[in-house]
Amino acid sequence: MTTEMQNEAEIFRGTTEGKTVFKDTRSVRGTPKAGMPAFVLGEELAEMAKTDPRIVVATADLASANRTNDFKAVHPDRFFDFGIAEKNMITAAAGMAACGMVPYVATFASFAAILGAEQIRTDCAYPKMPVRVIGTHSGMSMGFYGSSHHALEDLGMLRCMADLTVICATDANHLRAVLRASADHPGAMYIRLGRGRDPVVYDTVPDLTIGKAIRLREGTDLTLIATGSEVRAALDAAAALEKTGTSVRVIDMHTISPLDREEVAAAARETRAIMTVEEHNITGGLGSAVAEVLIDLPRLPFLRHGVPDRYVEVGPPAALYDAYKLDAPGVESVARDFLSRIG
Amino acid sequence: MPNRSNVNIAVLEDRAKFIRTETVRLTRIAGAGHYSSTFSCAEILSALYYAQMRIEPANPDWDNRDRFVMSKGHAAIGLYPVLADLGYFPPAELDTYTRLGSKYGDHPDMKKVRGLDFSSGSLGHGLSVGLGMALAGRIRGHDYRTYVMLGDGEISEGQIWEAVNAANHFQLGHLVILLDRNGLCIDGHTEEIMSIEPVHDRFASFGWDVQRVDGHDLPSILTAFDNLPQGTTGKPQAIVFDTVKGRGVKRMEMSLDWHVGNLVGEDYDDVMAELEAGLKPYVPEPAQ
Repeated sequence: MTTEMQNEAEIFRGTTEGKTVFKDTRSVRGTPKAGMPAFVLGEELAEMAKTDPRIVVATADLASANRTNDFKAVHPDRFFDFGIAEKNMITAAAGMAACGMVPYVATFASFAAILGAEQIRTDCAYPKMPVRVIGTHSGMSMGFYGSSHHALEDLGMLRCMADLTVICATDANHLRAVLRASADHPGAMYIRLGRGRDPVVYDTVPDLTIGKAIRLREGTDLTLIATGSEVRAALDAAAALEKTGTSVRVIDMHTISPLDREEVAAAARETRAIMTVEEHNITGGLGSAVAEVLIDLPRLPFLRHGVPDRYVEVGPPAALYDAYKLDAPGVESVARDFLSRIG
Repeated sequence: MPNRSNVNIAVLEDRAKFIRTETVRLTRIAGAGHYSSTFSCAEILSALYYAQMRIEPANPDWDNRDRFVMSKGHAAIGLYPVLADLGYFPPAELDTYTRLGSKYGDHPDMKKVRGLDFSSGSLGHGLSVGLGMALAGRIRGHDYRTYVMLGDGEISEGQIWEAVNAANHFQLGHLVILLDRNGLCIDGHTEEIMSIEPVHDRFASFGWDVQRVDGHDLPSILTAFDNLPQGTTGKPQAIVFDTVKGRGVKRMEMSLDWHVGNLVGEDYDDVMAELEAGLKPYVPEPAQ
């Protein structure tokens, strides 16, 4: 675990050294603190909107939590807070899109994707509206807030919707790349974010093509296909495995739908085994999507690693990632066990 | 305010009749259709499209056109003939109604139907769509109005009230609810299944300007339209149209049996003849 991650873990555990914390927005607007890559969502959209009059941003009473207030500060005439009414927000975004706008609407993933699933399908995807629904605080990153505030089913629910692009942002710089690529992307999108404290994978804004995975590390014994918050853990696990002689490829499969089938097929051809890693229910998400590709290919050892098909325990996020083996040591241990079983 | 000097009530009556007869004709192609929900809003649709909305059928993508969202999408069967009649697409295309590969299904698809401003079918969404359209108009400096037709059963959906609330908050004076208050949902009278009265007071209590008129009386409908304020701010506007579900066909009026149906043979001919003869005064069945 890096020092950065240890710092993060301390905050997750609530041991902020006795300091009173009265608002859950610990970043400074526009300048994410080192080691704490805060949301750049509002800042990046505000910058894009300076040259793109189509961009409009909305949230549902979470402007500070998801940093869309950074957009509001620059473009108040193109920002709408819909209050606690997510269905209305998503559908109204579709109405705006039908009149020439490109709306980005953000709220917790549990409400954006799970509460708003029908609005995403019927009002955004089906009529091919360029609405970008942004689910923040996805997975179990809300920790002890409990399962009502977790989104461990969103990828499975949304990736089976036609004409909906589903993307997981990996970290702050990756999110910037996703947002920039999204402006002119046809049709509706769901963009899944972590809690804004995601460990750094990309030191600079990466070149990103929607639907094209990013191979972060070469290897031959095992391919870890990870998405979103698990990419850093996969990279660190790969580094640890390498030290004991296991060569591990790591793929950032940021686009869940449409999936980069060729990158999966390449891993199947060129490495001995594949393991998917995701902060999502083991059913329906990245692992299932990859399995759908592998079933048509010559067989190779394959393991889906994610959250088991049950509602997770309450706990600080770091403790949950540890308990469900989704931090780097956990991913490493699952991979070692997998490799030992396949010989 | 639109120029009413060219409006001929007899023409609007004829177009309402056309909406009804086309609904009967198209339903026979499909083998099932929503007669009575369409009949209740025939005069409203006629007045809206032939006398009220600022549209250019030759230019369906005109940015500053008025918008219409048929939130009660199951009445699209009455809207398609209007769009064809106005020139958005050849009327002959309607002969494919609901057949494999047709552009025209029971619930309308904006990606296939020229002149349709938004898709619909899942009740409770349309007012939010209209809300977004009105907000977009404001951002872009346009002064178009957005009309949203709601069913009375539909407004039991919670999302409607999210949008009612938000339209007042954003002061969207150019957003107009057209409520087809035909009295019935599928399972029975709305007041028995899930009551909505006093519906005008409910809208008013959310900050809307509300009018309530006879939705089959064309002069009253036009007057209500004339009363809508100009501009794109101020109180959002609701018009509650008291209507009769199934209006125009005696056997269907306020009947729970005709939400979806199919007329064949002599029944088809009888109903067409009844419609061609024009609306008779509505006489409610005596209370049991």
